[in-house]
Amino acid sequence: MSTAPREIVIQSTRGFRFVDWRELYAYRDLLSLLVWRDFATRYKQTILGPLWHIFQPLLTTIIFTVVFSQIAELPTDGLPPTLFYLCGLLAWNYFAQTFNSTSSTLIANAGLFGKVYFPRLIVPLSSVISNVVSFLIQLVSFFVILFIYHASHPLSTALPRWSALVLLPLVLAQLAAFSLGIGLWLAALTTKFRDFTVLSGFLIQLWMYLTPIIMPLAKVPPHWHVFVALNPVTMPVECFRYLLLGTGWINVPLLLASIATTLVTLVSGVMIFQRVEKTFIDTV
Amino acid sequence: MSQPIVEVTGLSKCYRLGAIGTTSLREEFARLRDRFRGAPHPKKEEFWALNDVSFSIQPGEVLGVIGRNGAGKSTLLKILSRITEPTRGSVRLRGRVASLLEVGTGFHPELTGRENVFLNGAILGMTRAEVRRKFDEIVAFAEVDQFIDTPVKRYSSGMYVRLAFAVAAHLEPEILIVDEVLAVGDSAFQQKCLERIDVISRREHRTVLLVSHNLNAVLQLCTQAIYLADGRLVGAGEPAEIVRNYFGAKSQSADLIDLSVRPRSARERGKARLTGVRMASDSGGLAWQIPWGNPIALEFVIEVTERLQRLELGLGLFNLQGFEIATSLSTWNQPIGPLEPGTYRIQARYPVLHLVTGTYRIGVGLRSERNMEDHLSEACEIEIVPSPASQRQQISSLRGAMAAMIDTTITRLER
Repeated sequence: MSTAPREIVIQSTRGFRFVDWRELYAYRDLLSLLVWRDFATRYKQTILGPLWHIFQPLLTTIIFTVVFSQIAELPTDGLPPTLFYLCGLLAWNYFAQTFNSTSSTLIANAGLFGKVYFPRLIVPLSSVISNVVSFLIQLVSFFVILFIYHASHPLSTALPRWSALVLLPLVLAQLAAFSLGIGLWLAALTTKFRDFTVLSGFLIQLWMYLTPIIMPLAKVPPHWHVFVALNPVTMPVECFRYLLLGTGWINVPLLLASIATTLVTLVSGVMIFQRVEKTFIDTV
Repeated sequence: MSQPIVEVTGLSKCYRLGAIGTTSLREEFARLRDRFRGAPHPKKEEFWALNDVSFSIQPGEVLGVIGRNGAGKSTLLKILSRITEPTRGSVRLRGRVASLLEVGTGFHPELTGRENVFLNGAILGMTRAEVRRKFDEIVAFAEVDQFIDTPVKRYSSGMYVRLAFAVAAHLEPEILIVDEVLAVGDSAFQQKCLERIDVISRREHRTVLLVSHNLNAVLQLCTQAIYLADGRLVGAGEPAEIVRNYFGAKSQSADLIDLSVRPRSARERGKARLTGVRMASDSGGLAWQIPWGNPIALEFVIEVTERLQRLELGLGLFNLQGFEIATSLSTWNQPIGPLEPGTYRIQARYPVLHLVTGTYRIGVGLRSERNMEDHLSEACEIEIVPSPASQRQQISSLRGAMAAMIDTTITRLER
């Protein structure tokens, strides 16, 4: 395994540094084992096991349908409410889960990080990947429900744009990059201020209402669109609807702004994380 | 001399007291406000856990790090294993490092032994292929073959520790950092760990940095030693010499136990009184620790205030359960006396008893021709610690109070 021993110099680092790709690559087996561990252990001693991946969004969808569509009578862009919410939650759940696990990386693993060295980025990366796996399970269940719907409503136009569906991985990649970036920011901040552990749970709840999950973006008045542009999760959610249900409000300048925000968040998030990670164990 | 594999130069680590533990946003805002107003912010107290430490290790050496609690050993290891960064100074590592700061790190209770071996191996820096190659060896070393597909939460604590150490012990780093793992497991397994470290260093020619409170392990395994006190390096060199320095520093005042202040019952006359006891150098041990196989030799200081015709020293050797293992009276060999008033030193040397390792108490009595002069039921405690000889003979796993060396002959009586 071992290549020629390379010299490691340990000293106080000043300033910021980006990723040591070579080291990250050397620990690729750890990355895959952590992804596997997430899966192997999450549903031990549960009856439903991985079915929980499907039940969670399904139950939320039912509640949203009853509360927001039936009672509050919010519009759903001309789409059947169930499909509308389910599709939005598909994107949202990925974001929320990845954000939750990456933002608690340093605090939750302090015991491990205090004993062994390995590139700390491996742990948030592993949650990004393991959440992709649960996303795929949910995506499959989404298609199953979509076809059941079409079997009973043959005239519905809520159909995926099959030819454009190849772009879905790109949208997911943007969502992954943004949730990792913002999660790393929060992870770094929580080591210094515990206030952020409280904040991050709360933040994600509020954030959903700033994202078009329960109502379509088309419903938002144009002079509020600046807030939408500030929320990089909006465009991926709308793209999901566009690709999976054929209806969505995609604005190219906003999309580009959202991608730019994502990149800035990711790069700065990695840098602040790398900086804090060096000595956080002294203060945790 | 070749290039050192580990080079530590001017290493210092400063902790800000008060910064340990996290600040809240409110405190931080208060600090900002103070800064804007130009008000002096109360400066946080600094604590240098390591202060300008420099040393180097040659390839294949086993370096022991000794020092009392708080001397900076753990901080040194944390920096060397890259868990935290130094404040000043640098470390150059010319090889792959693996550290055993605590075994079983990253074990997941729900996963089976097999799964945990792979996961733990990866955490410690092994690739999956490496773990696969070493898997059988690891399982055999840990002696858990039957349970390898059982979740580790059902393991006994002994099995858990054995498996964890086995993974770590089969790493193939050029530099292995070991901390206190020798404190785990039963004594037979501890011995196995020591042997494994010996193999790693001697046969596989890897460099080992060992931090241990078990000084005999340091003496037994290390080729070099450094001694830290209050974050500074105060000695470096041959392990035997460094260990001697360590005890020299530690026991100058503690070595001689002051017995004059101990409470006594009123029954004793006190014309001869025990004022101190120390361990004689020919026990070959260190401050009340005697390596197994060495004689127990004690020196008592007594004060005689009245002329005594005859004095008898009585010793009782008790185990921790209070059972008296041996009784000795000095008159059996040679009577002491007559004694004029003054201060005397009495040396008492047991024959080699081969007691099993552990802690023992010594009771002492002084009797003159007329009466009991002084008596202390617990004058001192001694510890018989493992030595190379005891490890060869696996003494610590014996039952009974001592190992009795017997001669055996066998004669065939009938065909």
